[in-house]
Order: sequence, then structure tokens, then C-alpha cells
Amino acid sequence: MQTAAQPQVAPVAAPSVSPSPDSGGRLGIGVRHLSAWYGPHQALRDITLDIPDRQVTAIIGPSGCGKSTLIRCLNRMHEVTPGARTQGQVLLEGHDVFAPSVDPVALRRLVGMVFQRPNPFPTMSVFDNVVAGLRLVAQRNRNLDELAERSLRRAALWDEVRDKLRSAGTALSGGQQQRLCIARALAVDPKVLLMDEPCSALDPIATLRIEELIRVLREEIPIVIVTHNMQQAARVSDRTAFMLAGEERVGELIEVGDTAEMFTNPSDKRTEDYITGRFG
Amino acid sequence: MRTRSAFDREIQELEDDLLLMGSMVEKQIERSMAALKALDRAAARRVIEEDSSIDHLRFQIEERAIHLIATQQPTASDLRAIIAALNMIVDMERMGDHAEGIAKIVLMHEDQPLLKPLIDLPRMAAIGSGMLRRALDAYVKRDAEAARDVCRQDDEIDALYDQVYRELLTYMLSDPRTIDRATWLLWVAHNLERIADRATNVAERVVFLVTGHMEEINVDRR
Repeated sequence: MQTAAQPQVAPVAAPSVSPSPDSGGRLGIGVRHLSAWYGPHQALRDITLDIPDRQVTAIIGPSGCGKSTLIRCLNRMHEVTPGARTQGQVLLEGHDVFAPSVDPVALRRLVGMVFQRPNPFPTMSVFDNVVAGLRLVAQRNRNLDELAERSLRRAALWDEVRDKLRSAGTALSGGQQQRLCIARALAVDPKVLLMDEPCSALDPIATLRIEELIRVLREEIPIVIVTHNMQQAARVSDRTAFMLAGEERVGELIEVGDTAEMFTNPSDKRTEDYITGRFG
Repeated sequence: MRTRSAFDREIQELEDDLLLMGSMVEKQIERSMAALKALDRAAARRVIEEDSSIDHLRFQIEERAIHLIATQQPTASDLRAIIAALNMIVDMERMGDHAEGIAKIVLMHEDQPLLKPLIDLPRMAAIGSGMLRRALDAYVKRDAEAARDVCRQDDEIDALYDQVYRELLTYMLSDPRTIDRATWLLWVAHNLERIADRATNVAERVVFLVTGHMEEINVDRR
């Protein structure tokens, strides 16, 4: 048992666990019997889920089902909330991220996150936004110009901002700001990219651009996307996980499978009711 | 709480149209065979005219289905119901065409009597239209097992078709003057065999709708 928000007494070697066979290829992140609490309220119960490498995993489910809590556990953002704690394991490259030897700040560099509202640093230029993370990890010898360009290209933003690298990041359009945040997350070369409702504040065209970008980035890293938009989950993801708040509003994983199968022939009646819009 | 009652109603209307089309096709099969038995040219012409209303309904259903896909983003069993309907109307329209084909054979007879009293052909027709009716029942009840039963009945049709073929061959061999009329009846048998085959397709779509899996249940061995 790991209680991440509480200090550990003695360092314990992080257990190495091989990928479970159901994910097909390599494992990006393995979630094992994960439960989470906010103070006395349990938000997640016993989630076991494989996030395969170089695939997009969508997490869908109604409000309050624990989707965001789940992905916030993957980079230990959950424990930032006062009173929050977890139990179970999250394995990144076979190592438990809750192991006491793991530095949460270093972990968050490896597991990048993009949020619902684009949140570029308000006082920084486009360029400074992209390299902010690099400066934090103090890689002095690296060529920041080159890395910034590379990250902006990976985020499909370079052509639009190459002439305004010194302008404020907040001067960009909403969709561009979100891609700027993706570029910022990519700059530090994460192993996994988490996206929590990344398009909910964007117009349909900006949304499609982000979705295109997700399809390109999946060639390089595993992506986990939480979305309310089921059509978006159907369009961008390879695998879909459906969550639901069960007894006492505790989030549970109901079903996970290939996205095409989940949207044409889900095995659980609750998944069927939710994705056909007959939930409740 | 039903959150999509308008959508549910539209899907229901689509299914109602599909069943209406099915019953029209059944009637066409029965009427074409009655016209053949009696060599009733007026009845045969009515069958031929009626075929266009089946075609019309087919396009109406197709438009409804496309509209639902474009506006409602159906998923899971809703999506399967619509895709199944889109396939079933194609098969049922062809069944209607085969009934029309039988009516046209009535007209070919002009003043000539039937080669022989009809025994196996009406049986084939009754089995074929029964297969369609039971496939549509299975559709309404979402009953995959009943649909599989329909497919199994295709063997009976195939056996009758062989029997009719051999019988008509003996007529032709013993008296070449019967070749025209024997060939026409052979065409009728062929139309009926195709009708049963299409009914099997309809039943396979029901299995898909219920289970989410495509199954070819009774592969035509010919």
C-alpha cells in the first residue's frame, strides 16, 4: 500500500512489473488497483487499466465519475490537493510512481499534462512559454532556440508563430494557446502526455486541429485524453475506457476496449446506455 | 429517464417503415405466385406496378437512415440498427424484383397454359415469404436464435429447387416442344431460390444487430 501524500519512512525499491498481456504492445502506463480519496470521500475504487505505448487512450464517463482524478493520479497531481491520498500502483516503465524514491516534480516532467483551459504563463512570450520547463530543469548547454522550434513544430504551431515568438503567449487565439501548452509539455520530452478535456474551451475548427495533432503525436508517445465529447473519443482514440460513479459516488472503471468495438458493440449495458445517450 | 425520446421516435419510425416494406414484399411474392397459378395477366400487371412503390419506400428508408446518421451520431445498438436497416432494404428490394420477375413470366405465357400443375413452386414461395416474415419477427424481437433458424431453412429451398430442376429437365428431354414453358418455370424456381437467399441475408443482419458480429450462417454451396 502506498499513501502518496504522507511521508514515507524508509526508501523502498520501486517494484518492477512486466506489462500485462491484455494491452497488446508495450505498456506506457500501468494502473494497478488504484483507489483515491479526497479527505474522507473516496473518488476512485480499485482501477486497473493498461495505457499502451504509442496509442491514444480515451477516458469517458459522466461528470463526477473520477476521470480527471484518475489522470491526475498518473502524474501525482492528485496529491497536491490537501487531504488527498491514493492507494495502489501507477507503473511508468515498470516503476511505481508512488515509490518514495520518486521525485514528483521530476515525474511531472516525464508525464506531461494539458488542461481544459489553455494556461500559458501570462507574463511570458511565446518562446519563453515553450522553454519554461527546460529552464526549470537547467539544461544550460542545450540550444533553446532549436528546442523551442522543434517543440513548436511537434505541436503544429511553428508556422503560425515563427514571426511572433517574442509576443505574449496570451495574445494567441485559444486554439493556438492550447497548442502552445502542448508545445510546452513536449519541450521537456515527456514519456506520456495527459490531456484533461483539452478542447472543451475551443471552437470546432481549433478542436479538429488539436485532434489532428493528437493523431500525429501518438506515433511518438502514449496519450491519455479525458473527454466529455464521445465523438471526440471515437475520432482520436485507439482504446476507450468507460468510468462511472457507483455506490457512494465512487468512480469505477466499467469497461475498457478497442474504441471501434466500444462504439459499435460495447459489452456492458451501462456503457451502451451512456454512449447511446440513454444514460440515467 | 429517457434522454433521447425524439431520436428514439425516429428510430422507431425507421423500423416501422422497414416492417411495412417487408410486408409489402411478402404480399408481392404471394400475389405473383397466385397470378402464376391462375395465369392471371391483370393480377400479374398489378404486381409489376406495385414494385415501384417498394422501390420508393426503400429510398425513403435510406434517406431517413442517412438523416439519422448525419444528425444524431448514432452509436452501439442504435448504429447497428440503422446499418442493419440499410442492408435489409437492399435485400428486400431485390426480393420484390424477383416477385416482379415471376409476374413477368405470367405475361410471357400469353395464351399458352401452364406446362404442369404447380406443386413445388408454391411451396418454395410459401417457405421464402415465411422466411422473410420470421426474419422480420426476429428483428422486432431482437432474437438472434430465431434469425439463425431462418437461415437454416434455406436448405429446404435448395432441395426443392434441385427437385424442380430435375423434373422440368425430364419434360424438356421427353418433348422438346415444352422447352419454352419448362424454361419459364425454371426461371420462376430460380427467382424463388434467390428470394429465400435474400431472406437469409435479412436474417443475418438481425444476428448482426443483436450480437454485433457478422456471421455467414448458411453458406450457399452451389
